[in-house]
Amino acid sequence: MNVELRPVKTKAEQALSAAYTAARATLPGKGAVAELREDAFRNFETRGLPHRRVEQWKYTDLRVLLRDSYPLATPPDAAAKARAKNASQVLTGVDCRRLVFVDGAFAPELSDLAPEAGLAIGSMADALANTGSMGDALVAAHVGKTYPTEDVGVALNTALMGDGAVIRIAAGVTPRRPIHLIFAAGSDTPGSAFVRSLIVIENGAKATIIESHDGGDSQINSALELVVGDDTQVDYVKITQGRALHVGSLLATVGARAKFNSFAFTGDAALVRNQNFIRFAGEGTKAAIRGVSLLRGREHVDNTLLIEHAAPHCESREQFRAVLDGESHAVFQGKIVVEPHAQKTDAKMLTRALLLSDTAEADNKPELEIFADDVVCGHGATAGALDPGLKFYLMSRGISEKESEALLIEAFIDETIEEIAHEGIRDALKFAALKWLGTRS
Amino acid sequence: MSLLEIKNLHVEVEGKKILNGLSLTVNKGQVAAIMGPNGSGKSTLAYVLAGKPGYQVTEGDVLLDGVSILELSPDVRAAKGVFLAFQYPVEVPGVATMTFLRTALNAQRKTRGEGELSTPEFMKLVRDTSAKLGVGQEMLRRAVNVGFSGGEKKRNEILQMAILKPRLAVLDETDSGLDIDALQIVAEGVNRLRSPERSMIVITHYQRLLNFIVPDVVHVLAKGRVVKTGGKELALELEAKGYAEFVGEAA
Repeated sequence: MNVELRPVKTKAEQALSAAYTAARATLPGKGAVAELREDAFRNFETRGLPHRRVEQWKYTDLRVLLRDSYPLATPPDAAAKARAKNASQVLTGVDCRRLVFVDGAFAPELSDLAPEAGLAIGSMADALANTGSMGDALVAAHVGKTYPTEDVGVALNTALMGDGAVIRIAAGVTPRRPIHLIFAAGSDTPGSAFVRSLIVIENGAKATIIESHDGGDSQINSALELVVGDDTQVDYVKITQGRALHVGSLLATVGARAKFNSFAFTGDAALVRNQNFIRFAGEGTKAAIRGVSLLRGREHVDNTLLIEHAAPHCESREQFRAVLDGESHAVFQGKIVVEPHAQKTDAKMLTRALLLSDTAEADNKPELEIFADDVVCGHGATAGALDPGLKFYLMSRGISEKESEALLIEAFIDETIEEIAHEGIRDALKFAALKWLGTRS
Repeated sequence: MSLLEIKNLHVEVEGKKILNGLSLTVNKGQVAAIMGPNGSGKSTLAYVLAGKPGYQVTEGDVLLDGVSILELSPDVRAAKGVFLAFQYPVEVPGVATMTFLRTALNAQRKTRGEGELSTPEFMKLVRDTSAKLGVGQEMLRRAVNVGFSGGEKKRNEILQMAILKPRLAVLDETDSGLDIDALQIVAEGVNRLRSPERSMIVITHYQRLLNFIVPDVVHVLAKGRVVKTGGKELALELEAKGYAEFVGEAA
């Protein structure tokens, strides 16, 4: 029998174990919630932090990258909240319902909680502890069940989940404004936060959900469970910035005849792993999973997808682009699984990396696993520098080298951002990309 | 009065010698045709004038208004009035034609120390110019050359030329890939731009284009240099006899 040898626990692994053991009694939720945490913690204890020999984490070796695990963030004080108040400048001009979380804890006084028919909003910590206005029925029905996975990033989140949002959008309801979950840093001592949110969008509802992170110097493990009903239309946008080490997991299940679009914008972020677990569970759904990452310096951004076509007649488009400068490293791993009965699946995945320096690195790993015989699936991946022929064409018309490059990079980015349905968000992200380009040396 | 002087130009591309002591003068307002067999260096000359990277000038000089332009980057040359209409205009995905035109025009004006054109002024200029070339609004909204037919791409080159108003326009095989109708539209566009202030170098393999754009002078290029110069009737002569004489002579 082969016994896998587990090396000695790293400092970060020891710190995470200690943090859980110390906080176990005070983390929100007893009974079933506590059991869920315990199972997840055992999973982490057995496997340790994911590393390069774990296929899904091959290019983002958390055991190496996470040298030390910071102590769990303390609840924000007034000063921390004041610092967090101006968070998320990217979408300042977009009229959203803002829900603000400071160092991982819900800050109702910074949030817009005006009542709206068919829309229920609460705190995850309250819901887990069964003291919130929502009760724990929604949490009991969904948390840990939306997309069951053994992934250790998710397991750590489940073991240590503190606060987050719990939102329910009732059947047939369209909230008046996009809902914006803002995760901001407030404390000046770096800590670690494990945020967990649950959003249930019932049949026939239409919603735009934005999740933005600017985690200061902290370590953020964020997970969002997204339960998307039949005949819904959902646009989900995630924006990640800042110096934090960010591990984000989207766990989504999508019903029948839905229109589901997700977009991940990552810019000026030190270390990001965005993993998307999405299951198409009902027939006739059309989905687009897209993203743009802008990297420089020694930044590292990993977008990893596991897309499961579990029902027939669904269409999905996966499109990710990265622009890399300096010594940055972009990773795209996209796996599309088509289950045996998911006939007539139509899936196309395309990833492109634009390398602006000789020292940047892009790893693209598209994968198809098809068990049905009547499907149309395809993938493509490219990585390359700016086309010198294009650059010369622009320059020959009088446009300077720098401006020609900026124009071509902007075009490369915009082609993907252009697909965002919400005009305000689209323009805000285009502007953020322009700002990034403008500060390029 | 000469606008462009090319003196004993030697050019290598990837170590291969293409231009071999080419000398040529283009006067102000003159339309000079450059004809020659394949591989004679016609397109290389066009690219060297525009400043394409990778073209190594080993000897000689190119003077615009008596001043060498060889050390200048392509954008600075453009601002000084050099324009190349590409034989194969490239597709620029994601950059709308309108944005491209405005960026280019304003960049040139800025380099020359002129103010940017206001939006209404620019729109009027594009509207008037594009209408004459049969370039529709729909084409202007599309990304530069993306999905354009061969004829549309060439018309777009002439549109850019009409808007940027260069002093020296180099037309590299503008007739290639065009049917007779498209050729006529393009040639009319070029002819409208003829002016005592604007010189043109019309590079072509075939005499046909020169029926529509009648040159003041014809130069024959072979093996990287000018081997014969004459009037417009020289083009007809070449059409009848072919290039065999020159290829043999230069060899």
